[in-house]
Amino acid sequence: MILSSLVAVPLLGMIIVMFLPKDKFNAIRWTSLLISVVPMVVSMWITWDYFFNLSGTSALAYVEGPYDWIPSLNIQYYLGVDGISVPMLFLTGLLSTLSLLASFGINNRVKEYFAFFLLLEAGMMGVFVALDFFLFYVFWEIMLVPMYFLIGVWGGPRKEYAAIKFFLYTLFGSIFMLVAILIMYFTSEPHSLNMVILLDHGPTMSHTLQMVCFIFFFIAFAIKVPVWPFHTWLPDAHVEAPTAVSVILAGVLLKMGTYAMLRISWPMFPQALRDLSFWIAILGVIAIIYGALVSMAQKDLKKLVAYSSVSHMGYCMMALAAFSSVSAIAGCMFQMVSHGLITGALFLLVGVIYDRAHTREIAAFGGLGAKIPVYTGIMVMFSMAALGLPGMSGFVSEFMIFVGAFGALNKVLVGISVLGVVLGATYMLRMVQKIFLGEFNMAKWGGLTDINLREIISVAPLAVLTVAIGVYPKPLTELMTATLENLVSLMAR
Amino acid sequence: MEFKLPDYNLWLMLPELFLFVWALLVFTFDLVTKRKKESAVGYSALLGLLLTGLILALVWTGVLVPGKANGYGSGFGNMFYNDAMALFFKIIFLGAAFMAIGSSFGITRQKIVNHRGEFYGLILLSTVGMMFLSSSNELLSLYIGLELTTIPLFVLAAFFKDNKLSVEAGMKYFVIGAFSSALLLYGLSFLYGLSGTTEIVQMKINLGLVHATIRDIGVILIMGVVMMVAGIGFKLALPPFHQWAPDVYEGSPTPIAAFLSVGSKAAGLVAFAKIFVNGLIVFYDPLQAPNDWGTLVGVIAVLAMVIGNVVAIRQSNIKRMLAYSSIAQAGYIMIGMVSLNEHGLASVGYYIFAYMFANMGAFAAVAIFEDKTGSCQIESYRGLAKSSPFLSVTLAVFLLSLAGIPPLAGFLAKYKVFAAAISMATADADYSWLYWLVGVGLLTAVFSLFYYANVIKQMFFSTEDSPYKIKFALPSLVVLLMGLVGVFWFGIFPEPVLDLASDISAAFGFLPR
Repeated sequence: MILSSLVAVPLLGMIIVMFLPKDKFNAIRWTSLLISVVPMVVSMWITWDYFFNLSGTSALAYVEGPYDWIPSLNIQYYLGVDGISVPMLFLTGLLSTLSLLASFGINNRVKEYFAFFLLLEAGMMGVFVALDFFLFYVFWEIMLVPMYFLIGVWGGPRKEYAAIKFFLYTLFGSIFMLVAILIMYFTSEPHSLNMVILLDHGPTMSHTLQMVCFIFFFIAFAIKVPVWPFHTWLPDAHVEAPTAVSVILAGVLLKMGTYAMLRISWPMFPQALRDLSFWIAILGVIAIIYGALVSMAQKDLKKLVAYSSVSHMGYCMMALAAFSSVSAIAGCMFQMVSHGLITGALFLLVGVIYDRAHTREIAAFGGLGAKIPVYTGIMVMFSMAALGLPGMSGFVSEFMIFVGAFGALNKVLVGISVLGVVLGATYMLRMVQKIFLGEFNMAKWGGLTDINLREIISVAPLAVLTVAIGVYPKPLTELMTATLENLVSLMAR
Repeated sequence: MEFKLPDYNLWLMLPELFLFVWALLVFTFDLVTKRKKESAVGYSALLGLLLTGLILALVWTGVLVPGKANGYGSGFGNMFYNDAMALFFKIIFLGAAFMAIGSSFGITRQKIVNHRGEFYGLILLSTVGMMFLSSSNELLSLYIGLELTTIPLFVLAAFFKDNKLSVEAGMKYFVIGAFSSALLLYGLSFLYGLSGTTEIVQMKINLGLVHATIRDIGVILIMGVVMMVAGIGFKLALPPFHQWAPDVYEGSPTPIAAFLSVGSKAAGLVAFAKIFVNGLIVFYDPLQAPNDWGTLVGVIAVLAMVIGNVVAIRQSNIKRMLAYSSIAQAGYIMIGMVSLNEHGLASVGYYIFAYMFANMGAFAAVAIFEDKTGSCQIESYRGLAKSSPFLSVTLAVFLLSLAGIPPLAGFLAKYKVFAAAISMATADADYSWLYWLVGVGLLTAVFSLFYYANVIKQMFFSTEDSPYKIKFALPSLVVLLMGLVGVFWFGIFPEPVLDLASDISAAFGFLPR
């Protein structure tokens, strides 16, 4: 019941919010926030309980089902979590609540906004707990609808273009996943959509079918990550989306791609993975370097952060290509969590300055450090975290990835990817320098106010966690180790 | 010589007979009340459909059939045959007619002043034709059922006598309909000539024998197949026989366009299933080339999905857009039709069931909007979400279901159709061409989202307010709610419908392995 509640509570919340009076803005805001606190607390309790009681084995925990849902198609209601989904649930619960808090500034069609946001949260939670392919696909797709509306109604000037591009692009990926799912279903005997059962079916399929399924799944998940060259929807969606939606997009939605690879296509098709891992590593390295270079050229602050996501998720892809190393895979999981925290915070902070200045152009600012010192402090801290400063979570994850990948992958390739760290430092530091240092334009920015308490509250947990994981990463590693070792042994089949 | 009367078993066709009488009663009711009772006529038609549904249920459970436990069996000298397919499609016909009539109240109040009885009565008569068709067991009664379905629809399409577009629609539909019926009849005559019987089951056996003994029936058979595919293709609006559909949908009264796109399409599917999937199953196989109809229909399905979904993108009139969308949807259904296994016809049944709720609902919303504003332009939906949130949300849900977004029924329908094709393709390498159908189907499904989302975009994303505040009558609300509940409920809890639908496959002899 506990996992179902993660999905059901936001869904019920959406219905409750829909029946609130349209013009009681504060009632709607607080109701949605309180509703989203429930799954956050539940996901934290799950993390706590899993860490202390269940993380010793790779067995699925809190399993619900499998119950028959549509028996004639062998579709089941089957939920469960293990070491790779628990951190994602934690991240989803936390970022959803923080984003709702950051959405209090929305004044236009408030009721619809919060209703769609809760639907989005239900879908995200569902993806991380579903163990039946059909159920997984339903949750995966259901999120597209609220995202489409959230970008399209509350977005920036090119919102309509960005919304439909996001919708079509992701749907395009999903159809490949659907074909792969159907192929797996009909080649398994007895026909099954149960991911746990199909884990053993995958390696027994013919090599051609394995390759086909692996590639189809890869396209679907790579679009979500997004892996270069499937990344073009990301900058558009990020730039046009309202702040809170950007946070969710970067913090949770991108992780679904890498999570799904680890959960589905990597352990199910180990032979195809072996054949293709070199090419996946190349895609990862291209994403790292390309994303960093493009970030350097950006004039728009939000676009810079968006492209830095492409670069950072590239590390995840490279780590995933080094599938034989527990360290690399653990680094990938670390990077997913840490990128969710850091980039989520960066988008929140970009939103803070945009709300005040109504521009995100880096060149328009300068010398803000003296005018808004608290904001500057927080922003600089997260920029440092993003460029991988030791002591914060980004450093730990990148270090683990490099250590793991260096042993498992082509060393030249890994060597090239290390350049990404330098490039990352370049664009982050240049951004900090141009916005916060230098000459202050009194006439233009004299009226700028510092970050307020609500906004501080919404980034503070992220800051605490970034430092905590960076200084003492052991709990997170221990939480995942058993599951990851099992995964690596499955991928070595 | 003793002349023995055939076994009539009229009880089996009680629902049809009842609805036929009720249709005549609706005509007279309107006359007797001197055409004064505005909505009472409409309500009486709805009541008739509900009662027919009740009788159908009673017949099927055997309550109304003396000496039998259920409603299966043949009557009228074997011309009338009740099986699982008949039951399933009769439910769809009654549902589609109910939703069409329910969404007509606005139009009959405003535009049809003098002939409300005829309007409703003809819809009922057309429904009777569809119901007869779905129970027909041989070519003649099948043809008669099809004619009874379409002839009232000719009149209905041209019902706005002083509207040029409507008259054009009626005329076009009449000419095309008559022509396609003639083609179909001609094709059927080939089958009769080859097999010497009009009974479909006997025909299947005879054709097999003829084919086994005289190898060379290819040319004649191919002419028959092409004629019949063209004839039914016109009825289903499958390319290259689809050109009439957008014009006719645009000109006809909106509820009639809806009824055309669901009811008459379902009737065409029944005819196709009976003639091809049952009667000509021997000649499905590519190994029987050049006699096979499987690949021919596959090509047509691809054309339908591509043309329908691509051309729909360019439409600015929502009824034309829905016309092209329904062409594409027919393409998806044909994927299920050419998948000859236990999933094939079941997926056809479930697809048309899910499609009924979404498409009738979408057309009902369009009709409501048209009654108020007189416009069918997609642009005029701009900002509707603020002024009429309920109507916008329901229309959006219907469109998303048509696009196949889970957990709505339209998604499961597409899933089932593709599953049927992939199950056939994985089982036997001879049928791997079905993978291409699935590929095209999925790709065009992505295109389709573009034009469905375009309407949603107009309604929701605009910052300006719509000048229209839409209020609507109770029957329209009932239709919208019916569609909404159907799309959600049967998307999330589809098992009872799937069970009924899989009986269709079983009735055609496709049993689960």
